[in-house]
Amino acid sequence: MISARGLRKSFGDFEAVKGIDVDVRKGEAFGFLGPNGAGKSSTMRMIASVSPVTSGELRILGMDPATDGPAIRGRLGVCPQEDTLDNELNVFDNLYIYGRYFGIDRATCRDRAHELLEFAQITEKAKAKVEDLSGGMKRRLTIARSLINNPEVLLLDEPTTGLDPQARHVLWDQLFRLKQAGVTLVITTHYMDEAEQLCDRLVVMDKGLIAAEGSPRELIDAHSTREVAELRFGVGEHEALAEKIEDLGERVEVLPDRLLVYSDHGEEVLAAVLDRGLQPIATLVRRSTLEDVFLRLTGRSLAD
Amino acid sequence: MATDTTPRTSGAARRPTGTLSAREGMARQYDYWLTVYKRTWRGGVVSSFATPLFYVVAMGVLLGGFIDADPATLEGATSYLAFVVPGLVASHAMTIAVSESTYPVMGAIKWHKTFFAQLATPLAVRDLVNAFVGFVVFRVASACAVFMLVLAPFGVFESWWGPVLAWVSQVLVGTAFALLAFGYSARLRSEEGFGVLFRLGVLPLTLFSGAFFPITNLGPVLEWVARLTPLWHGVSLSRMFCLDTVDWSLAAVNLTVLVVLSVLGWFWAVSGLDKRLEV
Repeated sequence: MISARGLRKSFGDFEAVKGIDVDVRKGEAFGFLGPNGAGKSSTMRMIASVSPVTSGELRILGMDPATDGPAIRGRLGVCPQEDTLDNELNVFDNLYIYGRYFGIDRATCRDRAHELLEFAQITEKAKAKVEDLSGGMKRRLTIARSLINNPEVLLLDEPTTGLDPQARHVLWDQLFRLKQAGVTLVITTHYMDEAEQLCDRLVVMDKGLIAAEGSPRELIDAHSTREVAELRFGVGEHEALAEKIEDLGERVEVLPDRLLVYSDHGEEVLAAVLDRGLQPIATLVRRSTLEDVFLRLTGRSLAD
Repeated sequence: MATDTTPRTSGAARRPTGTLSAREGMARQYDYWLTVYKRTWRGGVVSSFATPLFYVVAMGVLLGGFIDADPATLEGATSYLAFVVPGLVASHAMTIAVSESTYPVMGAIKWHKTFFAQLATPLAVRDLVNAFVGFVVFRVASACAVFMLVLAPFGVFESWWGPVLAWVSQVLVGTAFALLAFGYSARLRSEEGFGVLFRLGVLPLTLFSGAFFPITNLGPVLEWVARLTPLWHGVSLSRMFCLDTVDWSLAAVNLTVLVVLSVLGWFWAVSGLDKRLEV
């Protein structure tokens, strides 16, 4: 569906994307995971065929965005990072009028808009002003709008940023249903839980480059241990204490507020820490996540 | 640093396959602008029709009542009202065009981001400019048409066909200024720039482009400055047609200037929006 080779994007002297290779297959949910400024959104805008490729090769649905932009955009759905809903139109018109831009006839547009209001669970808000919707509803309306042309590929740039946990789960459920229906999803996110929930395959991006690629499980297996023991000590003690326990796991990461000890047996690490007479304020043993993969690959956490 | 960059082509020059025809690009946005019009026409009536009416009553009738000038000094008009009306409507066309192509353009780029949403569809930058300016020109055309019709019974027109051609020239003024203002707005980062445009652009043009008094009154140097302003060409056309005093060689120059400005304005608007929306 999408293939990129040596894809680059520069703005003046600043290089946002520094040569990436990506392949997205039909029907999968593909993720770009990385912190803010990693180059995810620039990549997405090139895929959306609204931002010209600086160099490298990009093919979307077998076409070149430089020469077939309008044809590609007609078959994509785009859910941008910031809501670009039209506040001057009501909820229904936001869908109906957007459909008209794709050249869909009026009757089909109306039917499709009603279906999508149903899908987004905002039917009762059809005549409401956009500005009266909650953040979650606006996001669902944006996604509904991006589906008006029955896209083959749906691009979602940070789909749940700024939403409360409940609204996120509603949205994830809808995206999952779309995937079941055969829509190829391309998602950028800086939330590792979102990437794990939604993505079949993902690339970890950092500073304009791809740091790793695979399924969430493969990435965790390849770059982290099965479990992680988190230890919280007093403020400023973590650096010094790390040296005393570095032999207990495969690796110890020092974060400002805690130590992470990577081991396949987290509980044993905890017991050993206590045996050495150390008394952490709080402890936690958990499974490794993509956050740990990112920390391992870049030396930084996703929130940085 | 980028190691190699392919040359960028502007949205105006690029014609990718699958590009919509100009007509199709506009047609797809018809429902959008119709909805906008349904929502805003009432407010538009007040500003488009009431404001110039106030001007006509105050300047043309009340102030003009004190002016008892020889028609020769009023470019052939039999009264000050007949002199001021064609100029007023032309300058009003400019005011509507500029107002509708400033804040709304910045809004669609910066505040509501509607242009970004539209550009994620098969529409291209030039389609957005065409439909937006098309709507502004429609507003200008309808406002000027109603206004000219209202004025017809006051005996300010010398023929039936003259006011029709005057109206066409007013629409042309609106087109040129809408495109120029669009290009300016698309490049503007902050709305403070609009204050400059209105105070140092629109206001002096309104006052000194021959709408209210013959530019010969300005003295030889300023008169030539006035002749170089785009609005004067519109005022000149509008007045010659209304008063049936057409100097066809002058009319040809006036028309050429407005058409050339419109064409340049279109490229200026499309290139400005193209650069601005590429992020």
